[in-house]
Amino acid sequence: MGLSARYYWLMASTEIRQKRGAGMVGLLLMVIFLKPFSNLFLAWGMKELPSGVSMNPLFYVKAMFVPLVALGILMQVFWLLFRMKLLSLADLSFVLPVTAVGYVLTTVLGRIFLHEQVSTERWIAVLMIFLGTALVGSTRHIKTQ
Amino acid sequence: MKWILLTIVVVTTVLADLLQSHEMKIGAAERGGKFPLVSILKAIVMRPKLMLAIICLAISFFAFLALVQVAPLSFAVPASAGTFVIETVLARVVLNEHIDGRRAAGALLVLGGIVLLGR
Repeated sequence: MGLSARYYWLMASTEIRQKRGAGMVGLLLMVIFLKPFSNLFLAWGMKELPSGVSMNPLFYVKAMFVPLVALGILMQVFWLLFRMKLLSLADLSFVLPVTAVGYVLTTVLGRIFLHEQVSTERWIAVLMIFLGTALVGSTRHIKTQ
Repeated sequence: MKWILLTIVVVTTVLADLLQSHEMKIGAAERGGKFPLVSILKAIVMRPKLMLAIICLAISFFAFLALVQVAPLSFAVPASAGTFVIETVLARVVLNEHIDGRRAAGALLVLGGIVLLGR
């Protein structure tokens, strides 16, 4: 983890220096943190509704008016706009690995706020996904125009 | 049911990611690297591929809402990283791209993580 964190910071700081802006740091932090928190509010809100998948689309339209779900949607909209802005400034091969930490953050939030039981096996799975995502995203497979 | 919903989330997210990345790069290049938020909103309406990306995101979103109803958040979100496995397979099979060792290892790690999540 220490190695990954250093690798992350090195990659992020290099890209940020290239873009030369505190705005870029803010944008990156918004993209990293908005998604896990929006997912938390969506899941929290949906848990308040009757359990089970509904085949009626109206159920999900009504769900959007549950306050926590509405807050989650608002945060997702802002996340989407900020991510699009970030994608216009940085390569996907930079954005994906840096934002991969969101998988770990979401699991932590689920454990703390939704009191989910996260087994050791699941933590290992989440870490594997985080590292795998960072590896896949860090390869320069998408060329900058 | 959770695996069906997860598949819908993953496939629509892959499509949205590819379309968004492609269109935003073109848009930024046309504007000399500058792409303010207001212009992004305008581009969503004006560019069909960006609109299609938003539709894919909407489908992915509703499938995700259903997913978090039937599965824990600590499963739903990490498992949605299956997008990276699909993107890697698509790059190799459809685009005939060379997949280096690092990327293949990453995709396998994600796949292994998802299998472990499903146990």
